[in-house]
Amino acid sequence: MELITEQFPIVIHSLNIGFIQTLKLFFVTLLGAVPLGLLIAFGSMSKFRPLSYLMKVIVWIIRGTPLMIQLLIIYYFPGLVFGNSIWIGETGRFVAASVGFIFNYACYFSEIYRGGIQGVPKGQEEAGLVLGMTKSQIFFKVTLLQMIKRIVPPMSNEIITLVKDTSLARIIALQEIIWAGQSFLKGSQGIAGQIWPLFFTAVYYLIFNGVLTVLLGRLEKKLDYFR
Amino acid sequence: MAILEVEHLHKNFENTEVLKDISFSLEKGQVLSIIGSSGSGKTTLLRCLNFLEKPGGGRIRVNGETLFDAEDPGSMQESEIRKKRLHFGLVFQSFNLFPQYTALENVMLAKELLAKAQPDYKARKKEIHAEIESEAKSLLKQMGLADRMTNYPHQLSGGQCQRVAIARALALKPDILCFDEPTSALDPELTGEVLKVIKGLADQETTMIIVTHEMAFARDVSSHVLFMDDGCILEQGTPSEVFEHPKEERTKQFLSRFTNG
Ligand SMILES: Nc1ncnc2c1ncn2[C@@H]1O[C@H](COP(=O)(O)OP(=O)(O)OP(=O)(O)O)[C@@H](O)[C@H]1O
Ligand SMILES: [Mg+2]
Repeated sequence: MELITEQFPIVIHSLNIGFIQTLKLFFVTLLGAVPLGLLIAFGSMSKFRPLSYLMKVIVWIIRGTPLMIQLLIIYYFPGLVFGNSIWIGETGRFVAASVGFIFNYACYFSEIYRGGIQGVPKGQEEAGLVLGMTKSQIFFKVTLLQMIKRIVPPMSNEIITLVKDTSLARIIALQEIIWAGQSFLKGSQGIAGQIWPLFFTAVYYLIFNGVLTVLLGRLEKKLDYFR
Repeated sequence: MAILEVEHLHKNFENTEVLKDISFSLEKGQVLSIIGSSGSGKTTLLRCLNFLEKPGGGRIRVNGETLFDAEDPGSMQESEIRKKRLHFGLVFQSFNLFPQYTALENVMLAKELLAKAQPDYKARKKEIHAEIESEAKSLLKQMGLADRMTNYPHQLSGGQCQRVAIARALALKPDILCFDEPTSALDPELTGEVLKVIKGLADQETTMIIVTHEMAFARDVSSHVLFMDDGCILEQGTPSEVFEHPKEERTKQFLSRFTNG
């Protein structure tokens, strides 16, 4: 098979399957890291010193080392210690990748949350208190939306980065889109020595990030009515 | 009977004593001005009255009811404090309007939240809402903001923001309305409009405590003046007693900065 028109449908089919794995990793990471990041943020703002120090050290380690190394450690460490890996098959690799991504992104998100929470002036809470509001009324009616407004732009950046970072899961052989594209280099389904499928994966990232940029931009715009 | 009685109020921050034995009283419908140099404890006193700070000692009574007594720990229960706060209103130097709400919504918000706790709220929802809205509108009109009700705080000038903040505090009908340097964050050309509104409230016999550096205004509007220095009330009396015939050397020194400068 030489003609690109013949190869194209086969390649696209494989890339689609890889991209679904990419999307799954993306959404699972968001689903896990968004709430976990909030817990870490509260922990690092805690008045209980040991907890806040512990959280700060964890965030420092996770943010200070490459995600790729974290993935490798999570994937290979159990095997080295217990003699056999706990991550079995594609499902095992997906769970390992998810754990790594969720922890990594939760740490980045926690710093963004912390900035958003601490960025709301103390006077807002005090104004609410003086007006006889309860703490929860103040949170839900006054400060929450101001925090969200502060959080949305940096979160958008992180989310766009996450889309591209999912490709790092290739290092533990997760069959995401880069892995799928690369398979045609080594040979797969009668196609070998082809580099263009790998290059073509970029189109998927571009389109997905384009859609996300538009959606997140709309959200940001929605919150533009106040300062 | 005095509407407000403050007795032997103390407040410490860590090791510094910021309020040392503050006692004064205020009659209903009167205006009390508090003057004094920076760091003398004026803001801290207002914050104690509004329960934003917990005093270390003393008593606060409003209409004869003891709101705070350092000897009675039960008087500082969280659930109780919220109700007690409603006796006081506080207008901040930096307005602290809620940016995501319009001027009208800022004035209505707290009242609506309080109304929700009423037993008959569900049955009379529409009626209550209309009532709150019309009261808020008439307050904003009184503040000269009839054509600014649907604007957000960032669309208003500092003077307009502060007048919204005053309306917001008045909406809850506090017994005593406190102002912490209400014009200090404003451009000089905007202070007049805010002072005029406060003067209007004084003429309607609104009970007020005003911390201010506007000496001419304090003299004009108040029935009583306190001069605070280093956490103490050094001198108090009628405006003419304090401004024209100050007894203490520190008061004279402080006032001379305003007459000469
Ligand atoms: N939260 C705090 N923690 C520690 N010290 C504080 C705190 N708030 C105020 N102080 C100190 O208490 C003293 C009185 O402060 P306060 O703000 O009441 O003075 P003020 O009379 O309002 O001054 P200004 O005219 O500058 O507003 C100051 O020395 C200040 O540094
Ligand atoms: Mg002050």
